[in-house]
Amino acid sequence: MNGAVAQDYVIAVALVLVTVSATAAALTRDPMRQAVVLAMLGLCLAVLFTLLQAPDVALSQVAVGTVVTPLLILLTVRKVRGTSSGGDDGRRR
Amino acid sequence: MSRTARIRLFWVAAAVFAVAYTAACTGLPRFGTEVHPYGTRAVTSALHRHTANAVSAVNFDQRALDTLGEESILFAAVLGTIVLLRRTRDERVGQPTAGRVLPSTRLLGLVLLPVTLLTGVYIVAHGQLSPGGGFQGGVILATGLHMAYVAADYRVLKRVRPLSVLDVADAVGAGAFVALGFAGLIAGGAYLQNVLPLGTFGQLSSGGLVPVLNAAVGVEVGSGLIVLLASFLDQAVEVRSQDRSGSGGGT
Repeated sequence: MNGAVAQDYVIAVALVLVTVSATAAALTRDPMRQAVVLAMLGLCLAVLFTLLQAPDVALSQVAVGTVVTPLLILLTVRKVRGTSSGGDDGRRR
Repeated sequence: MSRTARIRLFWVAAAVFAVAYTAACTGLPRFGTEVHPYGTRAVTSALHRHTANAVSAVNFDQRALDTLGEESILFAAVLGTIVLLRRTRDERVGQPTAGRVLPSTRLLGLVLLPVTLLTGVYIVAHGQLSPGGGFQGGVILATGLHMAYVAADYRVLKRVRPLSVLDVADAVGAGAFVALGFAGLIAGGAYLQNVLPLGTFGQLSSGGLVPVLNAAVGVEVGSGLIVLLASFLDQAVEVRSQDRSGSGGGT
């Protein structure tokens, strides 16, 4: 029984982390930073899914939520900024 | 509609949604109970079909038609991206210049690239036994390949990424899922019914149709995602509009 209670606390912590990072992602204005915060949110969600005994979903979440989606956002922002401002920022990626 | 009217409309809609959502949530089963009516039935059915990973049994056997829909969504999304991000007449391709890569990054990428690809194949192949499957493994395969970009530069990535082959592989994977469904019809059952020999529980060859569908999804997702990322990367790294005929960005 003690283990079950402890597990509930860990799940509660993960839920709080998800809520905080999701709010942070919504409040971040700069798309570049938003992509990074979104990756953090994806990682928190993956932890939550693992704790809720859904490793299949957690795997998809890690791969798509923390890698692919932020990467697509970063590439899009780079492309959009590169053409509108006219200045080559010269950064990697 | 004026700004105040819109905000009022939002608050009315939000209040209605909040009340309805709260009422709906009270009807849900309680969080973390001992009794799982759907879970028990799904696990029983999965064990009956010799599939150790019950989630894969649901995705590729009991509800395989839903997965076919999901997979078609991904295929359509990749297709749409290719059409939208195709090179237009006023764009030109610049040669990306090689960026400086730290030796430690290069070494780490070189070591991790084969390990990641192997992990991807493992997760696709063991979808019927352990967490994972075609989708997860496919995404790992696709993102793992981009380690070549992190560790080296864009030209190396282009060399290890045969796009014309992957375009075809994407379509073949999506088509194979549809075609495998007909095996059930030919055997006298329903579309996508698991009619293959079920094998021994816990073995790599168990689960009948499940590992075969997983492989098809793995090929489709892996190649589809590489093609998707390639369209984005080409736009961000190589393609410049005509008024800025620069030499392309650093990779």
